[in-house]
Amino acid sequence: MARRPYYSEPGDRIDSTAPVTVSRYRGFIRGNHWLTAIALIVLALSGLALFDPSLYFLTGLFGGGQTTRWLHPIVGVVLFFSFALMFIQLWRLNMPRPEDTTWVAKFGDVVKGNEDALPELGKYNPGQKFIFWAMSGLILVLIVTGVLIWQQVVGHMVSVPVRRVAVLVHAISAVLILLVFILHVYAAIWTRGTLRAMTRGTVTGGWAWRHHRKWLREIASRDNKGPAE
Amino acid sequence: MKDIATSPTTAASNPPVQPTEAYFNSGDIVRISATRNVPQPDRQLEKLAKLIDVSKCIGCKACQSACIEWNDTHPAVEENVGVYENPHDLTPNMFTLMRFSEWVNPETDDLEWLIRKDGCMHCEDPGCLKACPAPGAIVQYSNGIVDFVQENCIGCGYCLTGCPFNIPRISQVDHKSYKCTLCSDRVAVGQGPACAKACPTQAIVFGTKEDMKAHAAERIEDLKSRGYENAGLYDPAGVGGTHVMYVLHHADKPQIYNGLAESPRISPIVEGWKGVTKTAGLAAIGLAAIGATLHGLFARGNEVEDHDDQAADKLVKGEDPDQDQGGHG
Repeated sequence: MARRPYYSEPGDRIDSTAPVTVSRYRGFIRGNHWLTAIALIVLALSGLALFDPSLYFLTGLFGGGQTTRWLHPIVGVVLFFSFALMFIQLWRLNMPRPEDTTWVAKFGDVVKGNEDALPELGKYNPGQKFIFWAMSGLILVLIVTGVLIWQQVVGHMVSVPVRRVAVLVHAISAVLILLVFILHVYAAIWTRGTLRAMTRGTVTGGWAWRHHRKWLREIASRDNKGPAE
Repeated sequence: MKDIATSPTTAASNPPVQPTEAYFNSGDIVRISATRNVPQPDRQLEKLAKLIDVSKCIGCKACQSACIEWNDTHPAVEENVGVYENPHDLTPNMFTLMRFSEWVNPETDDLEWLIRKDGCMHCEDPGCLKACPAPGAIVQYSNGIVDFVQENCIGCGYCLTGCPFNIPRISQVDHKSYKCTLCSDRVAVGQGPACAKACPTQAIVFGTKEDMKAHAAERIEDLKSRGYENAGLYDPAGVGGTHVMYVLHHADKPQIYNGLAESPRISPIVEGWKGVTKTAGLAAIGLAAIGATLHGLFARGNEVEDHDDQAADKLVKGEDPDQDQGGHG
């Protein structure tokens, strides 16, 4: 087999040529992404219900306070494992690259959508990489602190001072991950043509050219060698 | 019609022959967990307190037995592991526990057997109530009793996180939190707590907080006359005072009584969690969500343009897409 691609996953390929569409995510990772998304939303609603009395009514969505308290950590474990799977699949292309520095330095052009002024990028831009690593780090902190305060499982084994720190860190991390989540959803909608990568699994050639040109070039050069030419 | 009971002033008296009506009820609640702006009652009940004179305790555990009997709890029979504590700790079925410590007084070289009846202190500023996320699971009456309402409890264990004394215990059977009620059901009909009623040496006494302080002062004076210079009352100000107080022969060293907190208060971590983290966190999430929605609805998105599609088309066909990029750009 040829050397591992540098800007793309081996499975990424030109899906059709007229018009050009590029396969970005296979069915499995899309399914796993949506499982993670649903888990995160359930966790946010059940967690917020126990975070502030004004949101306690949200426990009604899950059948009351007791079931909310029971459900929240279980869904947390589901999310931890579904995200871990995504992490294994995505971490390599989310490692920082030299061109990321330029992209961050020209963040003004990013916000204006003036992408001709930005460096060509691989499968992920630094913004997406930030979301990835922030999610990874926060999920790790949340699962560790969450287990420490999981009354039903750890019972009275965890000392009170440890519980206090854990519950505070858990709350702060939860606030941060919700902010990252809002940014993630917002960016996916603002960058038109992105959502279909997570629904149909493909993006248009123009989208790939505009936002992830190195990624597209690598895939095109790979696929050009085939008999389609 | 039944007579209304009066606020108890002692645990020693026997109950009346005729049934009586409770003298306080939910109308006398001053604080409710996870509830803002609790309507305040128009009357203030007499503040009550239980006083535990550690110097008079003989460690007989009659208080524990009386507690089990009155509250109809069923602590598990445990192994004897060579210590006097039985059960090993407070449990969802054991609301009070005699804790024994053998302490060598460095001044006299005497062995002192310190026996402290542990249990809920009924803080004036209860950390459990502050930490609780379930509306109505913890209430405080104007006479000072802090009570758990198991019906509203969700079993999260936050009360224990908030408690400066490590008291509440969460049942693994019904997933609800339990602790001493100060026998609120007995007090409501004018009776003292079961433990105080059962105590054979009157090391546990009960009455108005004023009376208990006065009684403690007499006891402290007596102890001082017997050589316990540092005898004193444990009614810690950090939690606004407590409605269960101790007379200690060594009030300068509460920690020798099985780690009784020196200056208990609601942990700053708990205050920070329930205070600034909650307010700032919700504000940040709310602003981000509203801002993102408005911007998403009204601002122009980052659209893919025609020349992007053309360039991709050329690239895939093996032509050089960069050649006439400038012309379209």
